[in-house]
Amino acid sequence: MARTVIYLLIGIVFGITMFKSEAASWFRIYEMFKFQSFHMYGIIGSALVIGIIVIQAIKRFKIKSIYNEDIKFIPKDKGITRYLAGGIIFGLGWALAGACPGPMFTLLGAGFLPILIVIFFAIVGTYIYGVIKDKLPH
Amino acid sequence: MNWIFEPWPWYVSGPMIALIMFLLIMVGKNFGMSSNLRTMCALCGAGKHSDFFKFDWKSQKWNLMVVLGAIIGGFIASHYLTNDFAVNINPDTITELNTLGFKSAGKSYLPIELFDADAFTDIKSLLILSIGGLLVGFGTRYAGGCTSGHAISGLSNLQLPSLIAVMGFFIGGLVMIHFIFPLIF
Repeated sequence: MARTVIYLLIGIVFGITMFKSEAASWFRIYEMFKFQSFHMYGIIGSALVIGIIVIQAIKRFKIKSIYNEDIKFIPKDKGITRYLAGGIIFGLGWALAGACPGPMFTLLGAGFLPILIVIFFAIVGTYIYGVIKDKLPH
Repeated sequence: MNWIFEPWPWYVSGPMIALIMFLLIMVGKNFGMSSNLRTMCALCGAGKHSDFFKFDWKSQKWNLMVVLGAIIGGFIASHYLTNDFAVNINPDTITELNTLGFKSAGKSYLPIELFDADAFTDIKSLLILSIGGLLVGFGTRYAGGCTSGHAISGLSNLQLPSLIAVMGFFIGGLVMIHFIFPLIF
């Protein structure tokens, strides 16, 4: 129960951050792909620099979770095709709908109901992948 | 505290995202939002049609709580923490978007041409939002992650596959904005 509340609170902070940073704005995504602002690059870049330091520190100092469990980082499977092809397909959709799988839920909470269309079809898209994945190159 | 009502600059937002990833790691989880779409498929009974959805979705309940939080966070931020919804994008971007037909550029949070209530009955908006959603859902699972799972978590852990995926994100995004947008708008 307590853990559930913690996940919920982290999600709330995430949702507020996505909205207030304007990373959930279609306009910011368009502007990013036009290279007409530093804003989105600053967000991703600074998150990344801090993230690299944090993860290296957790590994180096063998920091444990707050429940005193070992923290494991599972390496991604090797490969190129799935990451490149899947990445390109996601990028096309990200630019078109202007929302990725986190912010789309933030936008729902903010009251932009047409985002429900994006969410519904994102679930359908995931379903289609699950059904045909054995026929795809990975 | 007035700053909180203004749009947050990148040097606040980026560290906040790193903090969210750190908090999730410290409670023994990871930062990755697109896997929730798979969990939702499993919840809807997709396991009957593909082994990909045959897993114990309850093990992912924690991430669904993060999603619920993201919805509540969006509500809180838009209702209580924002006075002006206009997104202050580059004036050149506004001019370009105006010529593409997006008159709400620089005046609203999302283009009303795509996201006001008319979208449910406008064929073009419906098509754009549904195809966009399909590509996002299919692409993230094919690539094994989205902006949070690859661009933030994966790259922070110096994963080469994540770098390839992020390059893919940008190839796709640039193709859409620079080559496909002029054809559809």
